[in-house]
Amino acid sequence: MQAKLSAIALSVAAVLALGACGKKEEPKPVAAPAAPAPVAKPVIVVKLGHVAPMTGPQAHLGKDNEYGARLAVEELNAQGLEIGGATAKFELLAEDDAADPKQGAIVAQKLVDAKVQGVVGHLNSGTTIPASKLYSDAGIPQISGSATNPKYTQQGFATAFRVMANDVQQGKALGEFAAKQGFKTVAIVDDRTAYGQGLADEFRKAAEAAGIKVVATEYTNDKATDFKAILTKIKSKKPDLVFYGGMDAQGGPMAKQMKELGIKARFLGGDGVCTPEFIKLGGEASEGNYCSLPGMPLEKLAKGPEFKDKFTKKFGTEIQLYAPYVYDAVMVMADSMKRANSVEPARFLPEVGKTSYDGVTALIQFDQFGDLKGGAISVYQYKGGKLEYLETLGGGVAEAVKEAAQATGDAAKAVASAAADATKDAVKAGTEAGKEAVKAGAEAVKEAADATKSAVEKK
Amino acid sequence: MDIFFQQIINGLVQGSIYSLVALGYTMVYGIMGLINFAHGEVVMIGTLVTITVASLLIKAGLPLAVAGLAGLVAAVLVCMTLGWFLERVAYRPLRNAPRLTPLITAIGMSIVLQNVAMIVWGRNYLTFPALLPKINFEVAGAHFTAIQVMIVVVSGLTMAGLVLLVYRTKLGMAMRATAQNPQVANLMGVNSNRVISAAFVIGSALGALAGVMVGTYYEIAHYQMGFMLGLKAFTAAVLGGIGNLAGAMAGGILLGIIEALGAGYIGDLSGGFLGSHYQDIFAFIVLIVVLMFKPSGLFGEKTGDRA
Repeated sequence: MQAKLSAIALSVAAVLALGACGKKEEPKPVAAPAAPAPVAKPVIVVKLGHVAPMTGPQAHLGKDNEYGARLAVEELNAQGLEIGGATAKFELLAEDDAADPKQGAIVAQKLVDAKVQGVVGHLNSGTTIPASKLYSDAGIPQISGSATNPKYTQQGFATAFRVMANDVQQGKALGEFAAKQGFKTVAIVDDRTAYGQGLADEFRKAAEAAGIKVVATEYTNDKATDFKAILTKIKSKKPDLVFYGGMDAQGGPMAKQMKELGIKARFLGGDGVCTPEFIKLGGEASEGNYCSLPGMPLEKLAKGPEFKDKFTKKFGTEIQLYAPYVYDAVMVMADSMKRANSVEPARFLPEVGKTSYDGVTALIQFDQFGDLKGGAISVYQYKGGKLEYLETLGGGVAEAVKEAAQATGDAAKAVASAAADATKDAVKAGTEAGKEAVKAGAEAVKEAADATKSAVEKK
Repeated sequence: MDIFFQQIINGLVQGSIYSLVALGYTMVYGIMGLINFAHGEVVMIGTLVTITVASLLIKAGLPLAVAGLAGLVAAVLVCMTLGWFLERVAYRPLRNAPRLTPLITAIGMSIVLQNVAMIVWGRNYLTFPALLPKINFEVAGAHFTAIQVMIVVVSGLTMAGLVLLVYRTKLGMAMRATAQNPQVANLMGVNSNRVISAAFVIGSALGALAGVMVGTYYEIAHYQMGFMLGLKAFTAAVLGGIGNLAGAMAGGILLGIIEALGAGYIGDLSGGFLGSHYQDIFAFIVLIVVLMFKPSGLFGEKTGDRA
């Protein structure tokens, strides 16, 4: 037995030696970090977690996110970013949370145990919020490219960031847009997820403030396919507009079933339904309806078309929704590490908050909560099987400046960015005051809810 | 009142689909006392096969009706084979195993089929080609389409055909005999293995048909669509009395209507305390109440315990 084992050990050693011979031309720095050769720069492995649903009804969006992250990681590795005197080699640990909050917490723990240096994700607000506590406890920076529920960054975690406008901004913009389009009555439907419910609540506030009457409130879930029953009820209330807080997999069939039931109202939704998938599923029923996306349309951004080309070339599929945001999230993470000159979460976390990164989707800067500063919201209309850009609402000052800069070339760009910074500082004071007010409002609502709850419990 | 009528139509269409799927559960249970949890996935495979075949033929320039029919035939054939295969691989080797064992393999097969479908058809939603022209009717303020009428009619005819098969043919007689007592049926010259295979094959064919109807109705399909549908159909079968054909049909239609009315009226009835997201709960409350007073379901006969 002993002899046999040593024979195996010998042969293994021989194979290893052979392998080493084969790779002689390209010495692997990991194997020999102490090698004095000038070529052999030490390599430092940076593990980034990525979480999104890879199974379930939102798997198409999850895969899209993962593609965005993969593209960023591959580009970073090709660049050979140098951090703390070593070449950083980024590794993506992609996990599946099936858009389920319970599963989200489980994979979050898994990533914490794997000692990742940072997390990009999750996709859904419902999974991001419970997971953010685990990352915060472990001191791991988390940047979500798509979780828009305001609660995510309002929990007071220093590790929570997002590179997309939140639902307070989006709901407000959508409410104002609806009023501007002349809609008088609205029926609100949401899918009872943290995202859908949050967006619907913010929209309701904004719509009511703008003088639109909410005539019906109905609910569905994020796995449903049949909406006839709730739509029939909505039909009897005769609204001008149906607002849906939820994702494309439900929104598309909902628009279709509205048409089948002879509902004349327009359909309006947030970023979750602003996808090619929605048009595919809604068919001609999507025509003429509206949706919104945080940020600006890709085509209008300096690096947008280039990103789109890279993406379609690499993965042979079109961008669904959040891929550019996730790409930016990874880049912001790497940028912060570079500025901190360290891949230790404790060392580079403070740098994430100080980010000023010119990404694909926007100039990314965070406020003290970890929300994107001055997030713009763009409204689109489905026309001829395509999303047609209508207008950009809210927080767009800096964006507009940026756009102007692109038009006038590089020299102007420098001037304009200085101007943008100045504008932003001025705007900042205002935004923060607004944010405080919103937060106070949210707390008041929460208190009221608690009071109701305890009253119910007493009963 | 027109809302009430519209809700009844919504429920009837949804219920017809539940009924067809429920028949697959109830046939297998009636004969073997086994709940084939993979049945919902058979329905899903039926829908996806139709999409692939029909889309290919439409691309090849064939008329919609021909492409649709070919898709349907392909789906039925694939599902029948799948049903036969399921029984052969997952259930027959466990015929004499403890009752819980085939239940676990059933759940296992369901997961395997979902993942196979995910690999073959991908994660994205697929759109079902519009095979039937969109004709809308309006009667007394209620809207319905030709597809909805077709679903109810085809389900009704299929169910009638199945009843004829079970009560008027030799195979049906053999099925009923096997259901009563497999050993004795065997002694009387009934090949119970063949009868059980037949039950799986017929149940899967009905499932394929239901899958095509779901596809034409909602015009979307997804590799996980079978799970919830299977669960609801199973509930319908239990509601009506599992193992009983008439029970499965009545249970399906009842469940569809309860759901539609639940979603439509629960908010008003409870003064806004419960919203339409409680529609599933509403259906399950009805199920629990029925089972409390009639443990074997609405139409179920009193039998010994079968898991």
